[in-house]
Amino acid sequence: MDIMPKWVDIVVVPLFSLFLAAFLAALLILAIGESPVAALNLMIEGTLLRSAGWGYMLYYTTNFIFTGLAVSVAFHAALFNIGGEGQAMIGGLGVALVCLFIPWPHWTLAIMGASIGAALFGMIWAGLPAYLQAKRGSHIVITTIMFNFIAAGVLIFFVVDVLKPTGSMDPASANFPPSTHLPTFQDIASLMGFEKAFRSAPANVSFFIALFACVAIWYLIWRSPLGYEIRALGKSGAAARYAGVRPVKIIMIAMMISGALCGMMAINTTQGESERLILNFTEGAGFIGIAVALMGRSHPAGVFLAALLFGFLYQGGAELALWTKIPREMIVVIQALVILFTGALSLMVRAPLERFFMSIKRADV
Amino acid sequence: MTMNPAIELKRISKSFGPVQANKDITIRVMPGTIHGIIGENGAGKSTLMSILYGFYRADAGEIFVDGKKISIPDSQAAIAAGIGMVFQHFKLVENFSVLENIVLGAESGALLSPSLSKARAELATLASEYELNVNPDAIIEDIGVGMQQRVEILKALYRKANILILDEPTGVLTPAEADQLFRILKRLREEGKTIILITHKLREIMDITDTVSVMRQGEMTATLETNRTSPENLAELMVGRKVLLRVDKSPAKPENPVLEIEDLNMFDDFGVQRLKNVSLSVRAGEILGVAGVAGNGQSELLEVLGGYQKANGSVKIKGSEIDLSTGVAGDGQARRAQGIAHVPEDRQREGLIMDFMAWENSVFGYHREKSNQANRFFMDNNAIRKEAEAKLDRFDVRPLDTKLRAKNFSGGNQQKIVLAREIERDPDLLLVGQPTRGVDIGAIEFIHQQIVALRDRGKAILLISVELDEILSLSDKIAVMFDGKIMGERLPSETNEKELGLLMAGVSGEAVQ
Repeated sequence: MDIMPKWVDIVVVPLFSLFLAAFLAALLILAIGESPVAALNLMIEGTLLRSAGWGYMLYYTTNFIFTGLAVSVAFHAALFNIGGEGQAMIGGLGVALVCLFIPWPHWTLAIMGASIGAALFGMIWAGLPAYLQAKRGSHIVITTIMFNFIAAGVLIFFVVDVLKPTGSMDPASANFPPSTHLPTFQDIASLMGFEKAFRSAPANVSFFIALFACVAIWYLIWRSPLGYEIRALGKSGAAARYAGVRPVKIIMIAMMISGALCGMMAINTTQGESERLILNFTEGAGFIGIAVALMGRSHPAGVFLAALLFGFLYQGGAELALWTKIPREMIVVIQALVILFTGALSLMVRAPLERFFMSIKRADV
Repeated sequence: MTMNPAIELKRISKSFGPVQANKDITIRVMPGTIHGIIGENGAGKSTLMSILYGFYRADAGEIFVDGKKISIPDSQAAIAAGIGMVFQHFKLVENFSVLENIVLGAESGALLSPSLSKARAELATLASEYELNVNPDAIIEDIGVGMQQRVEILKALYRKANILILDEPTGVLTPAEADQLFRILKRLREEGKTIILITHKLREIMDITDTVSVMRQGEMTATLETNRTSPENLAELMVGRKVLLRVDKSPAKPENPVLEIEDLNMFDDFGVQRLKNVSLSVRAGEILGVAGVAGNGQSELLEVLGGYQKANGSVKIKGSEIDLSTGVAGDGQARRAQGIAHVPEDRQREGLIMDFMAWENSVFGYHREKSNQANRFFMDNNAIRKEAEAKLDRFDVRPLDTKLRAKNFSGGNQQKIVLAREIERDPDLLLVGQPTRGVDIGAIEFIHQQIVALRDRGKAILLISVELDEILSLSDKIAVMFDGKIMGERLPSETNEKELGLLMAGVSGEAVQ
C-alpha cells in the first residue's frame, strides 16, 4: 500500500516545500535588512488587493500555464524538456510572421491563426531534439538546452536582420496591425461597465486559451489512448515495447505537443502584450515551467494552481523591486528554492512526512 | 560433550515500515550439516540471510556462531565470523580472471602480485581438497554459469568461510550442473563445512538437506529432519493448506497447426545470432513446452513472435504469414489483432506497468481496440474498469481492487493480472514465458489450471520455462533449445529429465540415443 494518503502527496508535500522555500527566502530578506512580513504584505497588496495587480498576475500565470503544461506532457513520457525557453521564442517568431504577413479581418480569426503559427513553430523546434533523442539517442536534456541558445540566435537574426523596419534603431519588428490586437481584461471589463478595472494590465483573452489547454491536456493524458501510451512509455520503455507502443513515435509526439504548448505562450506575450516581436520576451518563463510542472505534479489542475502561485510571486517580486531594496532576483531565488525542494530534495520533504504517517498507521494497529 | 551449533539465530525480528519481514525466528544449524530454508517469495528467507550477512540489522534477536554471541554490523564482520554467501546473481567482475575475482577485496598489500601468487597456491589446495577445479587464469565472461558459481564458492572458501549460505543456487543451472553443485556441497559437508541452502524447490530440499526450516509470512512454521518429511508435507507447511503438486490434465486432442515457424533466424543489435534456423509448430489444443537454460534464445523467440524484435524466416498463424520485418518499431498490437496473446517472461519489466492501476493494466496492449474506446478520441475508462473487475475476479486476483497499483500486488497476483488480460481475450495462440517464476505454490496450481483450460478450449500454447518440472508436467510436446537452436523434440511420456538435461547442455539428440 502507499504509505501516505493521496491528498498528502498532492497537497501537503508541495505546500511544505513551498513553506521551506519561503522560510529560506525570508531569512535572505532579513539578511538584506528588510522585514519579511512587510515584504509579504507588500506583495499581497500589490497583487491581490488591486485589480491591476490581478491583471499582471494572470498575465504571468498564462505564460506559466503554457510552459508548465508543456513540461508536464514531456514528463509523462519521462522526457525532460528544458527547451521551453527556445520553443517559446520560436513560437513568438511564428506569431509575428502570422500577424505581420497575413491580413486578418478580426482578432478572433487572428488569434486562431497566431495560435496555429505559434504551435507549429514551437512544435518544429521541439521536434528536432525529439528526433535526435528518438532516433540517435542524443540526450534530450542536452539537446533542448542547446536549442535554447540556437533559438535565441535565430530570434535575434529575424528581429534585427529581417523584421526590423528600415531606419528603426529599436531591435523589434514593426507593430502588428490593430486587427490582430487581443482584447485585454481591461477591454472586457469596460464592455461590462467596469471602466476602471484592470487598468493598463497586460492580461488578455489568451488566459482563456490557457485554461482551455489545461482541460485539453487533462483529456489527452488521462482519457485518450495516446495519453495512455505516453504514460506507459514514461513508466517503462520495455513494457511499452511489449505492448506494441512505438517509442520513436511517442517520443516525437510528446515532445511536439510540449513544444507546441511552449510556442503558444507567445500569443500571450507577443500578440497580446507587446503587439510586436521583441527580444527576450520569454523572460525565463520556459524555465519557470519546470518549477510549475514539478510543483503541480504534472497534473493540469496542479499546473494551474502552481502557475497562479508563480504569477503571484512574479508580480509580487516586481512590487518588491519597485518599493524596497529587495531586488527582483529574490523571486528567482524563491523559484530556485521551490525547484530544489520539490524536485531535487523532494525525498527530504517526503521522508519525515512518511515517517509521521507510518507512526499514525502503527498506532491504529 | 555436546557440540555447539555452527550457527544459531535466536528470536530474530525485522520489519520494514509496517511490513514485518521476520518475526521471532529461531534456527540452530549443527556443524557439518546441510540445512535448507524453504518458503515462498516474500516469506522472509532472503531478509533473514541478509541479516546474517550484515546487509540488514535485526530489530531484535541474537546471533551465535560456534556458541559465541556476535554482532554483524556489515558483511566484513560476517566474513570475519567465517560466514560466506553465494548470491543468486553472481557478484563477479566479468572481464577479470578467476584469480583476480577471488583476490578482489581480500588483497594482502599494496602490490597485487604477491596476493595473486598466494591465491594461486591456495586455490590449488582448495581445488584438491574439495574437487573444485577451475582454471585460475580463465576470464569470467568466457566460462559457463556453473563454473562462475564455483568461483563464488571458492571466493567464500578463500576467505576462510566455515558456513556457506547459498541463495537459490540452481536457478540458472542445467540439471547436470545442479547435480555437480550438489556433489560439491556434499563434499564440503564431508570436510566439516556447514551449508545453508535457500530455495523454493522442494526437490532440492529432499535431495540434499539434512534438516529443513519452513518459512511462511515472516515466521518459521517448522523445522524438521528432512528424512522424516515429504514434499507434500513441506508444501502444505509453506502455503498453509493442501496443494496439488501435480498438474491434473487429460491427454491432448491436437487439431490443425496454429503456429508454424520455419527457418527462423535472428541477430541482436550487436550482430550476435540469437536464433538459428528455428522450426517449430504448435497445433490447436496442444501445449508445446520449450525447455532450456535461460539465455539460449527462448526470450528472443518470444520477442520475435510477440512482434517487437526483427527476424528472418517464416512464421504462419493459422496459415497466414506474419510480417517479421517491423522489429523494434513495434508490431505488438497487430500481433494481438491476429490472435496472438503474450504473457512475457518478466511481468514486472514488460507485462505490467508497475505504477499503473490494475484496471489500466487490464487493457495494456489492447488499449486501442474498439471495445475499449468510448469514441474516436477517448478510451472508455468506466467500461474498462468494470470489465477489469470481472476479469480479475474470474482469475481470483487478491485483493480484488482495480484501483490498486500493480506494484502493490504480490508476484502471484501480478501474474494473474497478466494472465487474466491475455487469456480472457480468447486468443488462438498464447505465448507464455516463465508463467510461475517468483509465484507462490498456491498460485502456481491456479495458473497451471488456467493454461490447461485454455488448451482444452482448443487453443494453441507455446510455453517457455526454465523449470524442467513445469515443462514436463504441462507440455504435450517438448522442444529443447540450446544456443539459439532447437536441439530436438520429445514427447513427455517418452523422455526423462536426464535426456532433456543433456539436450539443454547442447549434447545433440543422436549422441543421447
